[in-house]
Amino acid sequence: MAETLDQIFVSLKQALLGYIPGPWQALASAVLSLLPIFVAFPTLFAITTLLERKGLGRIQNRYGPNRVGPFGLFQPAADGVKALTKEDVVPRAADRVVHFLAPVVLVIPVFLSFAVLPVGRNMVAVDMDAGLLFFFAVGAATELSVFMAGWSSRNKYALLGAMRAIAQMVSYEIPLILSAVGVVMVTGTLSPVKIVAAQSTYNGLLPDWFVFTPWGLVGFLIFMISAAAESNRSPFDLPEGESEIIAGYFIEYSGFKFALFFLAEYLGMFAISGLGITLFLGGWNAPLASLGWIPSWAWFFAKLLAIILVFIWIRGTVPRLRMDQLMNLAWKFMIPMVLVNLVGAAVWHFMHPSLSRWLVSSILVLGPYFWLGKALFEHKHLGPRTYRFAE
Amino acid sequence: MTPAFAILAILTISAAVAAMSLRNLIHCALAMAAAFGGIALIYLQLDAQFVGFAQILVYIGAVAILIVFATLLTRGGESSEKTAFSSTWLWGALVTGAVFALLGWAIRNSFASQAEPAPQVEATVKQIGDSLMTKYVLPLEVVGLLLTAALIGAVVIAMREERK
Repeated sequence: MAETLDQIFVSLKQALLGYIPGPWQALASAVLSLLPIFVAFPTLFAITTLLERKGLGRIQNRYGPNRVGPFGLFQPAADGVKALTKEDVVPRAADRVVHFLAPVVLVIPVFLSFAVLPVGRNMVAVDMDAGLLFFFAVGAATELSVFMAGWSSRNKYALLGAMRAIAQMVSYEIPLILSAVGVVMVTGTLSPVKIVAAQSTYNGLLPDWFVFTPWGLVGFLIFMISAAAESNRSPFDLPEGESEIIAGYFIEYSGFKFALFFLAEYLGMFAISGLGITLFLGGWNAPLASLGWIPSWAWFFAKLLAIILVFIWIRGTVPRLRMDQLMNLAWKFMIPMVLVNLVGAAVWHFMHPSLSRWLVSSILVLGPYFWLGKALFEHKHLGPRTYRFAE
Repeated sequence: MTPAFAILAILTISAAVAAMSLRNLIHCALAMAAAFGGIALIYLQLDAQFVGFAQILVYIGAVAILIVFATLLTRGGESSEKTAFSSTWLWGALVTGAVFALLGWAIRNSFASQAEPAPQVEATVKQIGDSLMTKYVLPLEVVGLLLTAALIGAVVIAMREERK
């Protein structure tokens, strides 16, 4: 029973393929592998917009959307209809072709990146030898479309937003990729499927996920911080900063094009969180061997939802960084930290599993953390916050 | 020549021509990014996954962004009034043709084209990594050192000078 439920989508695809005549099977197989991506993740996007507005409402002590349907559950549908029926305004001075192309060029790589994520046992659209490299390559392609959007709008806020976005994405791409390198070093493969397979054992107390090792914990934290910056989530939402540059690079977009930017931003967050799950949180593996009867894809989406909730929580809690703080964090703290972390991963890989391995790896991680923190805060004179006007 | 290759070749060459002939500098840079993408797709079509993805990562993700940034920070990307063709285009075309003919002749008569095509080997990412870390480790380290030196040099140039 558990087995059938686990493989239900795979066997459904096989059953559907049975009806397709021979020569079309390759094409049909590709379409049937991609179709769930185009259904599942936009649905998750709709759920997330509602969750986010509800969650932020709770954090800010208000209700959030509660007019459309019971508890405001149909709010995403109303938002979708609104986006579709709005007038599409293009500024007169805008570069029309590039202005039109930018959202399209942004959405395509974001959808492509889901192709290599294993969302369940035997459930990956393309099992690629260099899957991780593919993910980062298509992720890098989104930067250009952000620039296209900002530049073609002929708006100084849009251009400022695009410049901020690109500077931020280029800076945080380095710790993002380097933190994934540790996992690649230990597993010896770039294939996400094999990385998940390397974390599928249990050692009695904990599963063998990489997040439960000293270098893996640091790698995971750095990966998720960089992921928040890459997907322009608060506290790294300077490119959009409503109070400074209104909406940044997509200020001059309306109607469905705006919705495409919105969609691409959230899907990018899902994709990069999915990669974080694959690399550090054991992919679709259950946290305990005794919970193995729950389908693997359910575990993947449960972990994804948990990460999304943490992102919403952070957005409701942490104020936006300043540009110099953003750059300092990336270049002075995270990149040295992640480079030391690579050494930690290598030591972990080559030492025998014992207590001393834990000790050495922990020292390699904690030492630089305290030293870097002390060095960076030395002349800052930061004390407890004082409130002058509010009590 | 397969249809896939023909499509990719047309895409790449037309993007490259656009990058050379468009008036607006930013349009040129974007067209060049499209040409980079076309080349990456040709690599992928040849089953060279690693090279293809590295091409996208480095050229579209970094080089194109760098060009665009440099354009914006230097001259504002205003389209120039001058025509895209230089007044000495005839001489340029002649030199280009001569160079192309020489290169084509050299390639046709080279050892590589005379030799039997090597049996197709499956170059996995693991093999590339292995040979980079064993056989070609010295060139790799030299390149790494060079890039680090360039990075430090850029930081030194950009650093604010201390007031004396």
